[in-house]
Amino acid sequence: MKRCFARFFGLLLLAAALPLPAQDLSSYEKHVSVKTLPNGLTVVLWRRPEAPVFSFFTLVDTGSAQDPRNETGLAHMMEHMAFKGTPDIGTTDYAAEKPALEKVEQTYAAYESERVKRTGQDPQKLEQLKKEWQGAIAAADKYVIKNQFGEIVESHGGVGMNAFTNWDETAYLYSMPSNEIELWAALESGRMLHPVMREFYKERSVVMEERRMRTDSNPTGRLFEQFLGTAFMANPYHRPTIGYPSDLQSFSATDAADFFKRYYVPSNMVIGLVGDLDPDKVFPVIERYFGQIPTAPKPVESFTDEPPQNSVRQVTLHDPAQPIYLEGYHRPSYLAPDDVVYDAITDILSNGRTSRLYRSLVRDKKIAAAAAGFTGLPGIKYGHLFAFYAIPLPGHTNAEMQKAFREETEKLKTQDVTDEELQMFKTRTKADLIRGLASNEGLAQQLATYQMRYGDWRELFRYLNRVDNVTKADIRRVSNQVFTDNNRTVGVIETQMASAQPGAPASKGGE
Amino acid sequence: MRTSQSRFVQAVFCLVLLAAVMSPAQIMPWNKIQAPPLPAFTPPQPTRVQLPNGMVIFLQPDHELPLISATARIRGGSVNEPANKTGLADLYGDVWRTGGTKTKTGDQMDDFLEARAAKIETDNQPDSTAISLDCLKGDFDVVFEMFLDLLHNPEFRQDKLELAQDQMYTGIARRNDRVNTIVHRESRIIAYGKDNPYARVPEYTTVAAVTRQDLVNWHQQYVHPNNIIFGITGDFDPKAMQAKLEQAFGSWPKGPEAKLPDVKFTDPKPGLYFIRKTDVNQSTIAMLDLGPERSSPDYYALTVMNEIFGGGFASRLFSNIRSKMGLAYNVGGGVGFGWDRPGLTNIEMQTKSASTVEGIQALDKEIDNLHQNAATPEELKRAKDDILNSFIFQFDTPEKVLHEKMGYEFYHYPLDFLERYRAGVEKVTADDVTRVARKYIQKDRLAVLVLGSDEQFGTPLSSIGPVQNVDIAIPPPPAGLMGPGGE
Repeated sequence: MKRCFARFFGLLLLAAALPLPAQDLSSYEKHVSVKTLPNGLTVVLWRRPEAPVFSFFTLVDTGSAQDPRNETGLAHMMEHMAFKGTPDIGTTDYAAEKPALEKVEQTYAAYESERVKRTGQDPQKLEQLKKEWQGAIAAADKYVIKNQFGEIVESHGGVGMNAFTNWDETAYLYSMPSNEIELWAALESGRMLHPVMREFYKERSVVMEERRMRTDSNPTGRLFEQFLGTAFMANPYHRPTIGYPSDLQSFSATDAADFFKRYYVPSNMVIGLVGDLDPDKVFPVIERYFGQIPTAPKPVESFTDEPPQNSVRQVTLHDPAQPIYLEGYHRPSYLAPDDVVYDAITDILSNGRTSRLYRSLVRDKKIAAAAAGFTGLPGIKYGHLFAFYAIPLPGHTNAEMQKAFREETEKLKTQDVTDEELQMFKTRTKADLIRGLASNEGLAQQLATYQMRYGDWRELFRYLNRVDNVTKADIRRVSNQVFTDNNRTVGVIETQMASAQPGAPASKGGE
Repeated sequence: MRTSQSRFVQAVFCLVLLAAVMSPAQIMPWNKIQAPPLPAFTPPQPTRVQLPNGMVIFLQPDHELPLISATARIRGGSVNEPANKTGLADLYGDVWRTGGTKTKTGDQMDDFLEARAAKIETDNQPDSTAISLDCLKGDFDVVFEMFLDLLHNPEFRQDKLELAQDQMYTGIARRNDRVNTIVHRESRIIAYGKDNPYARVPEYTTVAAVTRQDLVNWHQQYVHPNNIIFGITGDFDPKAMQAKLEQAFGSWPKGPEAKLPDVKFTDPKPGLYFIRKTDVNQSTIAMLDLGPERSSPDYYALTVMNEIFGGGFASRLFSNIRSKMGLAYNVGGGVGFGWDRPGLTNIEMQTKSASTVEGIQALDKEIDNLHQNAATPEELKRAKDDILNSFIFQFDTPEKVLHEKMGYEFYHYPLDFLERYRAGVEKVTADDVTRVARKYIQKDRLAVLVLGSDEQFGTPLSSIGPVQNVDIAIPPPPAGLMGPGGE
């Protein structure tokens, strides 16, 4: 009863806050069913019968922040491996493939132990061990049916098949016609139950190519890697999700399998499902297939809180690219009571042509082509950064950007924002929430994310109450806390033409 | 007697019941699962109205959320701009909105709209410009009024033109910073030719040459009802909305027809093209040619061929070059189509500098393979299943259907093109796939563009053929063009 009342009261608040009749919102809530299976897996389902399709979003509460020492890139590698199939998918004969894959691991371990010897390495032996390892790979490869997992999804009408890894989490997603829900349950439970680490070392090379594309050969990628490595020293946010080259060239399929066993457990996952799905029919199917995954406790996350910065930090890249300015300030995790105040600051500084940074740096001072502030760098789970960036106009310098940002942060600290600015933030947040309901894909992601981060998908709507409570004094108070010199890290690209710089700044990156 | 019989019946009944509960309750291997037929689904079709002044309106009500959005697409785009003012349509697409109306500055419009979480924006494409709105339904009347004001009374204020020019100068100064920007631009130049309106690139001088009067003239030349396709979707009553739109647009007089320029397309010159970029450790390879128009009878066979060759996870390029060889993260592509012009055929991959030549050879081998080894029955079935089973996602929201129909209207395609497409794909055979592969992807016709750091190549590019260097140096701005401290 109490619960019912609280829910009703919540809806009343929402109704007052939104330009919407109350029945619209209560009808939104009626679309949703939540189920936690006995093994700990939570599924949030939003029934939307408009068209016979559905989208899903599986969120694993593990990201690159959980990469073991010397194994950076492993969480992301695991995401790639989740497309390689199972004992039933991707192989002509798993009984024969299994020992062949074990042989790959044995030969790799032998090769690695010789490769890392600091003294007494025998080049001939190393070459021999490498040959044996590559021979074992070729033997195991004979059983592989390439990309069969993806082929099944796509030939049954699946679209938008993708996955991503960031510092906080790993996610899997696609959309399908709604009559394929049982096949979906079989495929998705299968890869969370027993992924097979086939083609692992080929895939490691693919990830090295991904690193070359995103980081080494991309000026902003280079800047971000250096910037985060400087802003964070203790928290794993200082390491790149894609991984350092030497780690990408050493970790093994056995390492990935261990990582999977530890973190891919049902209590560590939430699935958001949105579409033409009847919960009374779909939940039994989900229970049957996903219920096979063994129960395990949610892995304990141990992490280091970033200590107070207490110093100004700066990283400067002399790079052939044009100048870019970036600065960041440490702030607490998303669970901090002031989280929503940072959202207000972001909106007032950065949202659209009425925003302070656009009007100041772009429109009036005419020194930047774009300028904005944003929060959530590089994640939200742990203490992270509120950041600013600017793209200087030709002929203008990073120093001018920094000076203009100082004026804006000082203004936030010493003067209240206007009533209009605060109201704009509140109105836009509500409208954006409604717009966010429009796509199945986006809604599935929101439901899974809010359920995972707050233990209740309804926080997606309750968030509006927090938005309504933000005051001008909150914005001034938080700005005074966070925008201080000793809490700042600056990252810049200063242009230095390639001719003056023989050889790439990027690692050559062998295999 | 009675008891035992009933027990027997009961037992049989229980067994039947058990079977009924058990059989769907099993865990089936993926290939034994029988999907029920997809429920019949007829997507809502927009209402098409043509006003006496030639303007075409599509109304697509969608009552799920309390929002309304609308777009007017107007014939005439960057291909219509004079070469010495390349960038004009881009500036127009920006300053039309930011420059405000006769009675309201763009900044005043910003304040008014943002306070309502509403948007009015303008944009441009090669063949069209657009003005759109997006708002909560309760704000529609006031936002639409502003939309009409901007449509009929734009002011193109000088200060916003200068702001937009500055932003374009920034884009020019930065256009060689990112690999993708360079490859995308130079691919079009190589395929279409550097003077072709579909490939032209704005320079400092062409952007600086654009005046406020050019924007005013553009608006006068193109923004007439007979050049406009207007689509609206959201939570409205269609009858009342239609009346409102007829009232708003009905008395607007016709103007001159917008015409696309007569563009000559010539095939790219085959061979190896090289762009040196020393701050990368990965090469980008793009094999380029012109593709057909979408209206070509080969369109259906080509989409099936693309799926087999370079589309999706199970395609040959992905399976062989990424999964099997581990040579690339990005690899894919195929024959490209244009709605009303030749498309851009592009087969692309990125691989570490040292395997550049190996990458080109791997792509060549896949092209040979496509010519020599026709689609297997499994490949053909998979490719068609990929296209046909995901067909529903072409029209699973009212908004997608609306935009689909607006596209057909714009390019004068039959409004049932999508339905025809489905039937066309079903008929494609393995022989069709081989025939179009040989016709549209020919190694000796392809221009092969490579961007990379040649010091790291190992095997030099010249080992596979004569190399033509592409100069991407940016012509410097004329003296005094940019603000204090400008070059």
